[in-house]
Amino acid sequence: MAEALSQSGKARLGRLFVYGCLVVVALLYLMPLWVMVVTSLKPLDEIYGGSFIGVPKVVTLDAWRAAWSEACIGTECTGLKPYFVNSLLMVIPAVALSTGIGAINGYILTKWRFPGANFVFGLLLFGCFLPYQAILIPMARTLGLLGLAGSIPGLVAVHASYGICFTTLFFRNYFVSLPDELTKAAMVDGAGFFRIFWSVILPTSIPIIVVSCIWQFTQIWNDFLFGVSFTSGSSSPITVALNNIVNVTTGRKQYNVDMAAAMIAAIPTLVVYIVAGRYFVRGLTAGAVKG
Amino acid sequence: MSTLEIDRVRKAYGHLEVLKEVSISIGTGDFLVLLGPSGCGKSTLLNMIAGLETITGGQIRIAGKTVNDLSPKDRDIAMVFQSYALYPTMTVRQNIEFGMKIRRIAQADRDRAVKTASDLLQITHLLDRKPSQLSGGQRQRVAMGRAIVREPKLFLFDEPLSNLDAKLRVDMRTEIKRLHARLGTTIVYVTHDQIEAMTLATRVAVMKDGVVQQLDEPQAVYDRPANVYVARFVGSPAMNIVPAVLGAEGATATAVIDIARRPAARIGGISLSAEALRRYAGRKVLVGIRPENFSIATASAAPALTVDFDVVEPTGPDTLAVFQLGGVEVTARLPPRQAHAGREAALAVDTSKIVLFDSETETRID
Ligand SMILES: Nc1ncnc2c1ncn2[C@@H]1O[C@H](COP(=O)(O)OP(=O)(O)OP(=O)(O)O)[C@@H](O)[C@H]1O
Ligand SMILES: [Mg+2]
Repeated sequence: MAEALSQSGKARLGRLFVYGCLVVVALLYLMPLWVMVVTSLKPLDEIYGGSFIGVPKVVTLDAWRAAWSEACIGTECTGLKPYFVNSLLMVIPAVALSTGIGAINGYILTKWRFPGANFVFGLLLFGCFLPYQAILIPMARTLGLLGLAGSIPGLVAVHASYGICFTTLFFRNYFVSLPDELTKAAMVDGAGFFRIFWSVILPTSIPIIVVSCIWQFTQIWNDFLFGVSFTSGSSSPITVALNNIVNVTTGRKQYNVDMAAAMIAAIPTLVVYIVAGRYFVRGLTAGAVKG
Repeated sequence: MSTLEIDRVRKAYGHLEVLKEVSISIGTGDFLVLLGPSGCGKSTLLNMIAGLETITGGQIRIAGKTVNDLSPKDRDIAMVFQSYALYPTMTVRQNIEFGMKIRRIAQADRDRAVKTASDLLQITHLLDRKPSQLSGGQRQRVAMGRAIVREPKLFLFDEPLSNLDAKLRVDMRTEIKRLHARLGTTIVYVTHDQIEAMTLATRVAVMKDGVVQQLDEPQAVYDRPANVYVARFVGSPAMNIVPAVLGAEGATATAVIDIARRPAARIGGISLSAEALRRYAGRKVLVGIRPENFSIATASAAPALTVDFDVVEPTGPDTLAVFQLGGVEVTARLPPRQAHAGREAALAVDTSKIVLFDSETETRID
């Protein structure tokens, strides 16, 4: 009895240690976020007064308002608002296109196999490992030839095509675990290529669609390099505008506005994560365990 | 009219020949079972009939019409898969309706067909469930329902019972047989279970390595197996195949079989054609004896051989006795309590059921 007690006491101590570690690490991780939030809520004078980590004495949303609609980017003082809209105009079609094409690719590569399918898949996989820098110049030339240089549709094209490698990989690996007999049954039932895709395959693929969308959304929304390379001025995405806000200010550095702007730029990916995050984990592991 | 003719059909994946000149022909209302071990090409053949695999050579005709180049939907077939392949996101009703929707059948007719099929299969109360909420047997019924509403010329079943537990398998087997009697549709059914083949089929095609070994009625396959392979594959326990030397006595043959530490057994009165008798007299052959064709010798059934039982396995209705004969292990199926391990016994053999095989080609001698 006493032995059992000490045994359970030991277990509790162990657990306490584990939780303690987790809490410390979590706090450490959350520290920058905390600094960002409190800084964005303080007036500039308070920050220069030396309070950096502490709770604001005066809470004000001025910095947020400035970041959203007043801050100067280059010569225009419009705030982040138009660039936020640019990013939305870029990210929505790009995510939809890359996910849609990836799904069809995965479907063909698994259920309508053709000679050389593995080779094609290998090439697509190779695309996943291409560094961004390597495609900048050829891509710029291509966009120029297509007449899309410096525009949001051009950026959509870049992101959509760059993302296809990843989305194809996601969908192929998910569809491989769907039994082939499912497509065969649908064929016997008289369904064709698109009917099977639409009525049988896609409805079973919600988790992987969510994974693909989250992945593509965060990649594209957070991208800076393509944005800064292929757009200019008023067609820039929010990441480029954020960089300009932070770098171009003359005089006193407006830390509170910078922090607010950075958070505005980060909010959409956070929202996507919170709304669909649980599908993300489920979808990533869905291929492993047969459902 | 829904005959099926498989005419010298071949299938190759690259250089790998999976089916070699398979020819099978069945009539309207037949229940053909393709029986064979794993990997012998049964599913491949079935998929070729369905149009899900291309045909490398030969012809497949359904109701007299060559279907080689028709897509599955134009072949007037319905198929039940081993994994059932129910559409996971659709309800049972939607699963059954799917094919009819694609063929643009009116809602009222669809409802009627779903009702008829679900009544027949007793799944009416399951219509609004998803496949994941069904048991194995229920899924199996839904898969059959999906096939039935098609009203095809030909049903194709690919090991539909292999995912069920033993008890349910027997129940569903009876049900499939009843369904066949009721609908009268021609069926091609794939299995590696010889009992399923025996109980269901009107015709059995025993396959091995992409070659049909024998195509016949189940009883004929059991009684007169075409070769040693078929003899061993059909029946449980398998047919005993014993080396012997053939002797001629008048118009009948006698098999002389060595028994360790005892005088050789002479099993006489085996009927054989005169020509075969001439050819095989004095030569080595293989004698096929089913376990149930042994019996304990009595006054009316004279003893043919005396043996020592090694192992005795009671199964309930009868007892399996194992002994050495002609240098191989042999099993006899005897009434309970009549065999005792380690004892000697005098056995009689029903010679009219004996089958002889050539010792080299292993094909049956008539
Ligand atoms: N796509 C393919 N490419 C190459 N070989 C194949 C292919 N499909 C099947 N085979 C081969 O063809 C042979 C027959 O396969 P099949 O699926 O018809 O066997 P089966 O008789 O149905 O076996 P089981 O009882 O295990 O289902 C096997 O040896 C298999 O390896
Ligand atoms: Mg098979």
